[in-house]
Amino acid sequence: MRELKAAKITQAVMELVKRANFSLRRDVLFALRKAYAGEKNRRAKTMLKAILDNAAYAKEENLAICQDTGMPVVFVQLGQDLKISGNLKGAINSGIAAGYKKYSLRNSICSDPLSRGKPGLSPCILHMDIVSGDKIKLILLPKGFGCENKSQLKMFKPTSSLKEIKQFIIEVVKNAGPDACPPYIIGVGIGGTADYASLMAKQALLTNITKKNSKLEADLLKQINKTGIGPMGLGGKTTALAVKIQKYPTHITGLPVSVNISCHALRSAGIVL
Amino acid sequence: MKKINTPLDLNKIKSLKAGQEVFLSGTIYTARDQAHKQLVQAIKTGKRLPLELKEAIIYYCGPTQTPKGKVIGSCGPTTSSRMDEFTPIVLGKGLRGMIGKGGRSGQVKNAIKKHKGIYFVTYAGCGALLSKHVKKNKVIAYPDLGPEAIYELEVKDFPLIVAIDASGRSIYA
Repeated sequence: MRELKAAKITQAVMELVKRANFSLRRDVLFALRKAYAGEKNRRAKTMLKAILDNAAYAKEENLAICQDTGMPVVFVQLGQDLKISGNLKGAINSGIAAGYKKYSLRNSICSDPLSRGKPGLSPCILHMDIVSGDKIKLILLPKGFGCENKSQLKMFKPTSSLKEIKQFIIEVVKNAGPDACPPYIIGVGIGGTADYASLMAKQALLTNITKKNSKLEADLLKQINKTGIGPMGLGGKTTALAVKIQKYPTHITGLPVSVNISCHALRSAGIVL
Repeated sequence: MKKINTPLDLNKIKSLKAGQEVFLSGTIYTARDQAHKQLVQAIKTGKRLPLELKEAIIYYCGPTQTPKGKVIGSCGPTTSSRMDEFTPIVLGKGLRGMIGKGGRSGQVKNAIKKHKGIYFVTYAGCGALLSKHVKKNKVIAYPDLGPEAIYELEVKDFPLIVAIDASGRSIYA
C-alpha cells in the first residue's frame, strides 16, 4: 500500500491557499474577458475592466483577489489504496491556518456562530469522498460569504414542473441582485437530499465554466442575463458568467433544488498527490 | 472625473448626483457588522463613541492582514444591506457618507434624504486594486474584532460612484 506523510498534505494545502487566493482561475478569466468584449454598455465595460485589472494586480503583487478570502471549503478525494501516516484532517486544517497566515489573508472564521468572538483562520469545511486508486486529490474553494449569504435551498414536490424549478433559480439570482458581486457563477444541485443537493450546488462551481452548457444551463443563463442586473449590479447584459448544474437520483417523495451563488471572484485550486 | 476631498460638507454633497463617478481623497473609517452593532449600542446607552461620527465617512470593509512592505492588504467593500438596520441611527449622529456595495433599504434611503447624507459604491470584489488608493492605515477602535475593527484610512483618488444622493435618488431600481 502506498504511504503518504500527513506533513506533505499540509505543504500542498498551503500552496493551494496561495494559488486560489492570488490567481484567478483560467476559465473564469476567459469568461470575464469574453464578457468584456461582448458588453456594449459603457458602465458594464468599466466594471469588467476593473475586475480584470484587479485579477492582474493581485497576481503580480501577491495580494488577495478579494479581501473576503472566504470560508475555506476543501474537497478531498481519497484513494482507498492510499495510507496516510498522521492525522489527515489535522494536516489539512494546519495547511489552511499556516497558508492563510503566511500569505496575510483574512481572519474571517468565528469559532462560535452565536457568540462570534475574535475571528481566526480555521477550521475549514471538509468534504470527503473515497475513490479508487492510491492517490489523493485536494481542491480548495475559498468561498466568499457575500455570495454564500444569497444561496438558497428549496424542496420541491416530485410533481413540480421544470418551469417552476427554473423560476426558482432565476428568483434566487434576482434576490441576490446587485449585492453579491455580479457577474455571478450559479451552481445548482438537483436531486439527492437537502444536504446533498447543496453539496452538488457547491461542487458545480468547481467545473470548468467555459465548457459547453447543457440545454437547461444555456437556457437559464440566457434568462438570467436578461434581468439586466449586470456587472456589480450597475446594468448590462452580463449578470452571470455561467450556470452549472449537477444532478443525482432522488426519492419518490421529493425534488430538492439548491442554488449556490458565486461572486465573479470564483477562486479554487486543486492538486493530486 | 470629479475629485472630492474630506470632509464632505453640505455644499459638496449637494453637488453630487446619483450615477456620478468621483475620486475621493482624505480620511475614511472602516466599520462593518460587529463595529456597527457596538457603535449603535454605545449610542443607545449614551456611551462615548470611539470616533467622531459628525461629517465622517464610513467604509463597509474588513481588510485582509497587511502583507509585509504594504500599507494595507486587499480592501474592497462588503455588502452594505447588512448594515441597513444600524444606518439610520448613525446618520442621526451626524454620519455624512457611506461606501459599500449593493442596494439599500427604503428606510436607509429616507434617512439619507432626511439627514443629507450620501451613499457611494465602489468596485466590488476588487480589493487588490483598491488597496493602491490607501496611503495610511491604522486601527483606532475595537481591535478585538480583527478585520472588523475600525480602521482609519487615508485614501487618495479612491474611485466611487454615487449610488444614493442627498435628495434620495438611487441608481438601483
